[in-house]
Amino acid sequence: MNKVLLGLLVGAGLGALDGLTAWFTPEARSQIAGIVMGSTFKGLVAGVLIGLFARKVRSVPATLVFGTALGLLFAYFIAHMQGKYYFEIMLPGAIVGLLTGYATQRYGRNSQTAAA
Amino acid sequence: MRLGDAALDRLRDAVRAPDLAGTRYRLVGPLGAGGMGAVFEAEDELLGRRVALKVVDVPLDGEAPAEALLEEALVLARLEHPGLVPVHDAGRLPDGRAFYAMKLVKGERLDAHLGHVALLKERLRLFLRVCEPVAFAHANGILHRDLKPSNVMVGPFGEVLVLDWGLARPLAGAGGGGGAGTPGFMAPEEARGEPVDTRADVYGLGALLDAMLRVAPAPPRPKALASIAARAMAPDRDKRYSDVPALAADVARFLDGERVEAHVEGPFERAGRVVKRHRVAVGLVAAYLLTRGLFILFRH
Repeated sequence: MNKVLLGLLVGAGLGALDGLTAWFTPEARSQIAGIVMGSTFKGLVAGVLIGLFARKVRSVPATLVFGTALGLLFAYFIAHMQGKYYFEIMLPGAIVGLLTGYATQRYGRNSQTAAA
Repeated sequence: MRLGDAALDRLRDAVRAPDLAGTRYRLVGPLGAGGMGAVFEAEDELLGRRVALKVVDVPLDGEAPAEALLEEALVLARLEHPGLVPVHDAGRLPDGRAFYAMKLVKGERLDAHLGHVALLKERLRLFLRVCEPVAFAHANGILHRDLKPSNVMVGPFGEVLVLDWGLARPLAGAGGGGGAGTPGFMAPEEARGEPVDTRADVYGLGALLDAMLRVAPAPPRPKALASIAARAMAPDRDKRYSDVPALAADVARFLDGERVEAHVEGPFERAGRVVKRHRVAVGLVAAYLLTRGLFILFRH
């Protein structure tokens, strides 16, 4: 699978799962559908960007740094919108970015390689 | 007068030493001796380089050893591969003994080399490099028939060479050698003198793999790898790998953390292999779940 598509799928999947964990917070449970959709969309966009980066750079460490930074940035925006839970949102967001970066670089293929 | 052992050895060496007078070669010294001849280091004065000369012993039982040596040279000359020693010259010396000149390779025998290769993965990579020239020879219609650690040399730059093609035969109509190989490394059908095919070398490679895993310091021997060696060494050749590439592919699968054909895994063994293969991803997922779990726990 090419890196961009893999980034999209991994990012969206992890984003959806990350959003679903809001179910464990009673005050957020009523808004779970919106949270899951928002988190999935966030993961999808981050995944595509990480996939594009992985395709261009082809370095595992660089992609890990980029994925973590992007995960942190996106999670910061979410936390900033809520104005609270910065640490609870940003730390898992960073790990999700790291995981997406690792997965795209380790398991994804560049389009040219896949075509060959 | 009785001669001592040292004097006898010197006499034996003097008799074995080839007469290179009038040839382009100048004797430097002995490198080793085998069943039907010896290998000497010599200077090729025409091209100004050192070579290894394999010379048959003074013939006591007719022309058969000389013909076998020249046949070996012909086989090697036909096979050009980085894992095979190139032959430069062949013929008869002034004393009538058959010889061939080949590239001088200074290295270690595989069994000696493994003494300082402790990592299993490194040993398996070496094994795969032994498989390459053997598979190449098979593709060119030649069987080695005497694969064992002492017939593999590892050069100073890590090059792996399969040596001693003295028992090699064309694949087409390779009759049994009547046990001409080495016990322990020789396929049963070969020992029985039956016709052999590439699966005889698959057996030899299986025995070689098995031996490579036992040389001290012996690395842990996973079940999957033991199964690969066992399948390659199956007494019934129909139960072995069909050819050398199939054996090499299974070893490569093991190296990549994939399921090998020769081994049926239990569910825990399979889970352990998958986790090991994807340990970074599994570790990251675990870190994520732990972080999320702790936050949920502390919030409650």
